[in-house]
Amino acid sequence: MSDRARLPLWEVFIRPRNGLAHRHVGSVHASDAEMALMAARDVYTRRGEGRSIWVAPASAIAASDPDEKAEMFDPADDKTYRQPTDYHVPEEVGDM
Amino acid sequence: MSDPTLFQYVLGLADDQLVLGHRLSQWTGRAPILEEELALGNIALDLIGQARGLYQYAGALEGAGRDEDALAYHRDARGYLNLTLVEQPNGDFAQTIARQLFYTAMALPFWQAMTASTDQRLAAVAAKAEKETAYHLRHATEWTARLGDGTDESHRRMQAAINQLWAFTGELFEMIAAEAGLAAAGIAPDRKTLRAAWDRTIDATLSDASLTRPDDSWMAEGGRDGLHGEDLGHMLAEMQSLQRMHPGLQW
Amino acid sequence: MYAQGLINASGDPNAAETPEQLARFQARIDAEEKIEARDWMPAAYRKTLIRQISQHAHSEIIGMQPEGNWVTRAPSLRRKASLLAKVQDEGGHGLYLYAAAETLGISREEMQDQLLSGAAKYSSIFNYPTLTWADIGAIGWLVDGAAIMNQIPLCRCSYGPYARAMVRVCKEESFHQRQGYEIMTTLAQGAPEQKAMAQDALNRWWTPSVMMFGPPDTDSVHSDQSMTWKIKRFTNDALRQRFVDATVPQADYLGLTIPDPECKWNDVTQHYDIGPLDWDDFWKVVKGGGPMNRQRIAARQKADDDGAWVREAALAYAAKRSTQQEAAE
Repeated sequence: MSDRARLPLWEVFIRPRNGLAHRHVGSVHASDAEMALMAARDVYTRRGEGRSIWVAPASAIAASDPDEKAEMFDPADDKTYRQPTDYHVPEEVGDM
Repeated sequence: MSDPTLFQYVLGLADDQLVLGHRLSQWTGRAPILEEELALGNIALDLIGQARGLYQYAGALEGAGRDEDALAYHRDARGYLNLTLVEQPNGDFAQTIARQLFYTAMALPFWQAMTASTDQRLAAVAAKAEKETAYHLRHATEWTARLGDGTDESHRRMQAAINQLWAFTGELFEMIAAEAGLAAAGIAPDRKTLRAAWDRTIDATLSDASLTRPDDSWMAEGGRDGLHGEDLGHMLAEMQSLQRMHPGLQW
Repeated sequence: MYAQGLINASGDPNAAETPEQLARFQARIDAEEKIEARDWMPAAYRKTLIRQISQHAHSEIIGMQPEGNWVTRAPSLRRKASLLAKVQDEGGHGLYLYAAAETLGISREEMQDQLLSGAAKYSSIFNYPTLTWADIGAIGWLVDGAAIMNQIPLCRCSYGPYARAMVRVCKEESFHQRQGYEIMTTLAQGAPEQKAMAQDALNRWWTPSVMMFGPPDTDSVHSDQSMTWKIKRFTNDALRQRFVDATVPQADYLGLTIPDPECKWNDVTQHYDIGPLDWDDFWKVVKGGGPMNRQRIAARQKADDDGAWVREAALAYAAKRSTQQEAAE
């Protein structure tokens, strides 16, 4: 039974309505992109959840390694000068 | 309101959708891929929804107090007016896809034409059905291509299904006497005019799938007069069993 | 991103787990941090999740059968549509859950093989047959009611992909129990034969539903570790009690009798008591001795076998078309 035909895995991204970005909602198995799109429509938009669908082969997505999380993301944590709250504006000037 | 001609016509349309929807619902738990369980369920639900709208209208046209369930559950096979194509058993997945292809290739131009009906209720049903059917046709053509041009086995099965169901396609374009009158009045599409669009869809789909269009020979007829094959009676006996065992109850 | 051979992102799957790694992991759990697919996790955590999520997925898929048994006999068009939509949802839930398990490095096909070979279990309740239409009402009311009790806490499970799948499942399931209870209400308020049908269904489904929460806490093998890992949030008995407390008044409203003479309100505990449950019978059914075990697996096997040529065709077509495309480029 281990020789059974395996349909590739696709990641599904749906735009809930225009104006919003596509968001990862889950995955489907399908033989090709057209079938993956149809499967995503039938599986993930049954309750009117979508206005646009992207599918991508799971194998085509490159992901960052969690073991490199510290070097990847920690350096951004203390750059407070990128935040508006880091700067003082005299009260008399009002909102800025 | 009582209009026997239009009533019969709408009832036949309702029966088409219900019988096909019921057939597809028989795939529940049996689909070849989990994703396809959901696809077939969606199509079945669209068709059952179309049937309900049409039965409700038919009941109003008849004016005898019969609701959607009285019409669906209390007529036997002789009273059912559906096309014989839609009652054909599911068979293997190829036969189900061939049935879907033949029916929806007609149904899409049919509903498109019906959106221009002078009958407001039918035009409203058509506006919804048109979109649903466009997707059903996409589903059927995509699968026809994959089965026709997949493996040797799938090609053989798909061609066999096309050949076997071909005899039920002539009826898609038959006009019963009453229907011709409704077409003349701008209420119903003229089925003869749907033929060209159907031929185009079928020829393109079969050719893309490396499948051969069968020659026309004997064609089934009689569905609109309640003359069916033997399978429909069994399907209805199962579908109607509770209503028939306990008549007059609410469920 | 998912399921791409990431048994252990940092290398050897058999590498020894150091006490520091385990402590760091537990600290993340204790801080209510979600664990994601590629994060380091103890092998036992992964194994527990694969077992639990795949069992959950199998239960959804096998659970389509008892209700699917009535799709073609639903007694009205409205009931037909809602039952079909419900059974279809269960297929969808199985799919979401298989996908969640796949993030842990097991394929859907491997899980399906485990189901068909009997190596993987599914909820034992689906090994009982649906004999009458009222069983569809009882399943929606009791079985989905019990499932919801189990599933809502899983939306906060420590493993992100499982928790997210459960959020979707719970949202979609919100109509399932109501659908079942509406059927029961219609029957209970209907003709005498309908009310009898409803009572008979309650009689047969009550005990298996109460047992859906699993063995008592004193006998539950996996419970403690799962609680520590925050895969589980409440014990079997706590969830069972919650279900009984919610369900008994609903039966009262229907005018139906819970088939347990010892089931009554306890003023001291402020909960309903229930009589002792026959756990030997439960284990017998889990291990294959239920009325429908063989048929359920045989039906699954048949669908799988019948679909093999379709899956092969789809793959062959995709391969041909991509070759043609490459040739054209």
